[in-house]
Amino acid sequence: MTPILVILLYLVLIAFVGGIAFRRGKTDTEDFFLANRSVGGMVFFLSIFATNMTAFAILGSSGQAYRQGIGIYGLMASSSGLVIPLTIFFIGTRLWALGKKFGHQTQVAFFRDRWECDAIGTVIFGLSAIMLVPYMIISIMGGGTVLAQISRGSGAAAPLIPYWLGCGVVAVAVTLGVFLGGMRGTVWVNILQTSLFLCFGAVAVLAIYKALPGGFGHYMAALAGDAKTRFLVTRERMPPQAFWSYTLIPLSSIMFPHMAIMCFSARKVTAFKQTVVLYPLAILLIWLPCVFLGVLGVAALGKVADPDGILLSMLDKYAPVWLAGLLGAGIISAVMGSDAHQVLALSTMFTKDIYQHYGGREKYGEKAAVYFARAFILLVTVAAYLIALSLKAKQGIFEIAVRYAFSGFAAMAPIMLAALFWKRSTKWGALAAALFTAACLLYFAVLQNSRHPGDVIWQIGHGKTALKLLFVNPRGDVSFWNGFMTVVPMVFGSAFCMAAASLLTKAPSRATLDKYFGNAGLRRELDQWVPPEQSQSVPQKESEFVH
Amino acid sequence: MKWLKPALLTLLVVAVYVLHQDFWNWKRATPLVFGFLPVGLAYHAAYSVLAAITMAVLVKFAWPKHLEDAGRE
Repeated sequence: MTPILVILLYLVLIAFVGGIAFRRGKTDTEDFFLANRSVGGMVFFLSIFATNMTAFAILGSSGQAYRQGIGIYGLMASSSGLVIPLTIFFIGTRLWALGKKFGHQTQVAFFRDRWECDAIGTVIFGLSAIMLVPYMIISIMGGGTVLAQISRGSGAAAPLIPYWLGCGVVAVAVTLGVFLGGMRGTVWVNILQTSLFLCFGAVAVLAIYKALPGGFGHYMAALAGDAKTRFLVTRERMPPQAFWSYTLIPLSSIMFPHMAIMCFSARKVTAFKQTVVLYPLAILLIWLPCVFLGVLGVAALGKVADPDGILLSMLDKYAPVWLAGLLGAGIISAVMGSDAHQVLALSTMFTKDIYQHYGGREKYGEKAAVYFARAFILLVTVAAYLIALSLKAKQGIFEIAVRYAFSGFAAMAPIMLAALFWKRSTKWGALAAALFTAACLLYFAVLQNSRHPGDVIWQIGHGKTALKLLFVNPRGDVSFWNGFMTVVPMVFGSAFCMAAASLLTKAPSRATLDKYFGNAGLRRELDQWVPPEQSQSVPQKESEFVH
Repeated sequence: MKWLKPALLTLLVVAVYVLHQDFWNWKRATPLVFGFLPVGLAYHAAYSVLAAITMAVLVKFAWPKHLEDAGRE
């Protein structure tokens, strides 16, 4: 009962925060979607970190560590600790500057203007929305599942908060928060979320350390000494190809619409400075305890029915009951924080990139756009809630969709890089890369659902010497040559499409290139240029002007 | 020597990226760092700190100062 009370208290606090944000808000889209581009310093860091921090990062990481061992930290956390800050440093800062300078509120608006083409923006919008929706649905499913798990007292058959009610609680809380508070409310909730998580890890480890007889070292040594469990404290069962492939996945982060939109909301570019430095340390503080406790769970608890619940089981057994409540609140807050950002991002994109772009603003005005956005938020959350209820049994399909969404967004990173840094890039290049990404996603998703472990899809040659180009690995994941993940061909293929199609087609106009890349070079050329017919008569010395 | 600073910073980022692939720890469980952290996990925890230091170096020496003007316009 205590964990539920802690969570309910937390939800009340969230509603209160949303209410304050609502009262401080204005009625224009820049305020509603971007908090008037006023998010500063530490708030920006806490919020952008929370945007990326989902419940799966907490429960999923400890669950995966329980199954696969310590390698999960290097696979998912430490590579993100380098790649995500690098993308924020190189891409996020540029997006912020372009937003400030030209008023862009979404990356689609930037792509449209950069390549002088409406259609390319619409294609990228469609692809991003399709990849984002399953993520949103699974957030609500995750919230419902966690609330049901936490509210199921020891020995009780039925949970106090059933799945349908848990999903409803999450959906209502998210809707209220975003509907009322917009970006400002979402950001404030994120501050609570990240602070909660940053405190939680250390407290949980200390509490369990005190309660666990023999200390951590004893259990880790036991795992290392047993041939059956040794793989958990090494990476001997983790293919190096997959380990390297995973370093490309964090490229997706900045391409997620909610992440890019967050970059537009900063007050000053200097807010990015502390964000990129603190980001890897925050990942360390949150992920290390989760992964460590997940592995420790094997030694301390043995076989458990639900590995994803290992953290909750550890806390249940070895920590005071309020700490489990705190974790529950943290998880629900992570679910709601990332879900709120996704809902807000979808609403921002629909309102700015579709409704306003195709004439809504001229017809109904700026104020109506905020009403449209709020109506859209209501609609999309109700739809997500209904899907979460009716397709609960198909959660696996949504999980696969989310997994591929990460590869898909990573494969779109070359589009952003080309738009920002390569003058010669064209709309055709971007279109080729976007279509390549969409085709890969569709193809791999179909293979994932229709093939079985060990199936070879493409190979060169026959027999033992055959080179397997595309196959399903023993775990059931579609793999590329030699065991690399599908994100590898997707990212490099997308980059190739971007480059090849751009080089074969006409570059954007001089005016656009000057707009985005400055015209310093052109000005210098003009300054030095003297028309040939006049060059003879141009006075060479100042004295020649004097008559 | 204008190229030296960007070249050194690029080298730093590439080196840190490569250091992520610690193949030498692949099959090692021990020593347990601080008595409880398997060496592979301790390495990647330290790697996160190295990533933060790398980003601090980039902020110090490669900060896109020209973008700050956009905020003033």
